[in-house]
Amino acid sequence: MPSLLEVRDLEVKFALRSGDITAIDGVSFQLDPGERMGLVGESGAGKSVTGFAIINLISKPGYISRGSIHFEGKEISAYPPDKMRKIRGNRISMIFQDPMMTLNPVYTIGFQMIETLKAHRNISKSQARAIALEKLKLVQMPSPEKRLAQYPHELSGGMRQRIIIAISLLADPAIIIADEPTTALDVTIQAEIMDLLQELCENEKMGLMLITHDLGVVSQVTEKIAVMYAGKIIEYGPTETVVHHPVHPYTIGLIGSIPGSIEPGKDLKQIPGMMPTLTNIPPGCAFNPRCELAADICTQQTPVLEEKQNGIMAACHMK
Amino acid sequence: MTTNHTPLLRVQDVVKHFDISGGFLDQLRFKGGIHLEKTTVKAVNNVSLFVNKGETLSVVGESGCGKSTLARVILGLYRPNAGKIFYDGQRIDTLTHEQWLPYRRKMQMIFQDPYASLNPRKTVRQTLEEPLRFHNPKMTSQEAMDKVAYVMEQVGVDPAWIARHPHEFSGGQRQRISIARGLILDPDFIVADEPVSALDVSIQAQILNLLMDLREKHDLTYLFITHDLSVVHHISSRVAVLYLGTLCELASANDLFNEPRHPYTRALLSAIPKIGEKKAKHIKLKGEVPTPVHLPSGCVFHNRCVFARDRCKKEFPRLNELPNGSFVSCHGVEEGWPMA
Repeated sequence: MPSLLEVRDLEVKFALRSGDITAIDGVSFQLDPGERMGLVGESGAGKSVTGFAIINLISKPGYISRGSIHFEGKEISAYPPDKMRKIRGNRISMIFQDPMMTLNPVYTIGFQMIETLKAHRNISKSQARAIALEKLKLVQMPSPEKRLAQYPHELSGGMRQRIIIAISLLADPAIIIADEPTTALDVTIQAEIMDLLQELCENEKMGLMLITHDLGVVSQVTEKIAVMYAGKIIEYGPTETVVHHPVHPYTIGLIGSIPGSIEPGKDLKQIPGMMPTLTNIPPGCAFNPRCELAADICTQQTPVLEEKQNGIMAACHMK
Repeated sequence: MTTNHTPLLRVQDVVKHFDISGGFLDQLRFKGGIHLEKTTVKAVNNVSLFVNKGETLSVVGESGCGKSTLARVILGLYRPNAGKIFYDGQRIDTLTHEQWLPYRRKMQMIFQDPYASLNPRKTVRQTLEEPLRFHNPKMTSQEAMDKVAYVMEQVGVDPAWIARHPHEFSGGQRQRISIARGLILDPDFIVADEPVSALDVSIQAQILNLLMDLREKHDLTYLFITHDLSVVHHISSRVAVLYLGTLCELASANDLFNEPRHPYTRALLSAIPKIGEKKAKHIKLKGEVPTPVHLPSGCVFHNRCVFARDRCKKEFPRLNELPNGSFVSCHGVEEGWPMA
């Protein structure tokens, strides 16, 4: 059976005056129905660009320069805008970090929900309203009827993010791409939103691609993880295994630098230096200047993502 | 609250309210005749705590709980509406500007966002020299240079970059520079307001390690403000939990994380996503956080607490000391209600 979403060898470039820079370099992964996947990395690793590339929202000067994106068996990376609009927000929805920025402040919640539905389906206003109400109930919004008449500023951050999730569910999508959905929220609200997303995926058989820098969140919600570094996936495997037995030195360092992974008061394991900028990626393995295992081969050859142990794929010469 | 020795900092029943009513027309209300109504944000309400020399006290809580306001009140950036603040036994909240000066040297602050807290038009040297020159007018420029270079080395920024501007540095390096600015006057007490929240995990680890090293080397005392509970567990000796400007629980980090007592602390701790642990059931709170403009009666947490009884709605719980030295303000804990 073909996967719900299959990304193969995806490359995204940005054309700058000084030449093209590569933001995503040969990324491949797949997502099955109902599967939850985490895309993890630090700022600038290319997580969000990957998300945007899937729904073809890379704006100029960026462009997809290589690779394919198969969704429900069809290649969608070269779809023209009108065809893509039928997929975006309909079959694949995206949730963004800041719920205040994604809602229009001058329209009511109800208007925004009904408008979205009518853009995708040929239905009456009252039908749309009924669906909107149903989705608000699905995201456990307290007093949903009242919310339809309210404006975004009347709601708290957590409620706004619930509204965003409800909007993304309107057209019963097959995949939700959530880009740092809880980063702007407090922990107690974050826990609620994550529970909600997980339940929805299980009950509605929806695929979830969770883009985040927070390994804690990913390890609790997802079934598999892809770790990105400088535009490449450097480790890919089942969440349990990656979290407990990481292979790539970067993943090991990343997990070690989280407070809570070691005894309080002890020095945290730190990765020296910082991630290279995209204009300045070192030759060979991009991680080599920060890696304690680095040998000569690491500066000469770029490692490929290959099967290592326990079903983990990693891109590292030394493992 | 009493201790055997004088704590470095003692905050006693501090209250800070902000009047946000605006002008005359904004205050007009027409319900039941025309009258004026004031709107106040009750940011910090009767908070008492102390910080001992050499320890790290973390103040945690969710956004809007008043943790940053409390930090600013302690540093004299806001005057409290009521209450007392003592530094080294000396009351400081009533001091005049001139009298504050010696305390400004001893108490420094590190801010959250190193992109906003450094002046983009000043070089590292200018940023670091300014407080030095201000507080030591007789210092020669060679002495100042040496001091700046020394502190830069301490925080892990190459002194050769002394003439660079903030935009030439990465986020982690900028945060190191703002830590250097906090250290340049050899303070005893540092208030760090979310110093690692804006940084990536691998950089965050570098900065946390640096802060812990500096504490040992320079014998510093920290008041650490953060919402990130795993960071708190890692670096603090004691933790104060704030909810809606009220202190819920004050306990040693170990006691708090092993055996949280206040229902809010428990809910908060259960919500931390822990890496590698399969999802534990987190405690769900009822409803939403009320606004600090309209505080609930009695215990401010009662409308979200699953254990709340009648007494919680009527009476504000006092901060009580428990046998293990923790302080908790909860009627349920005080009376030993079953809370499982």
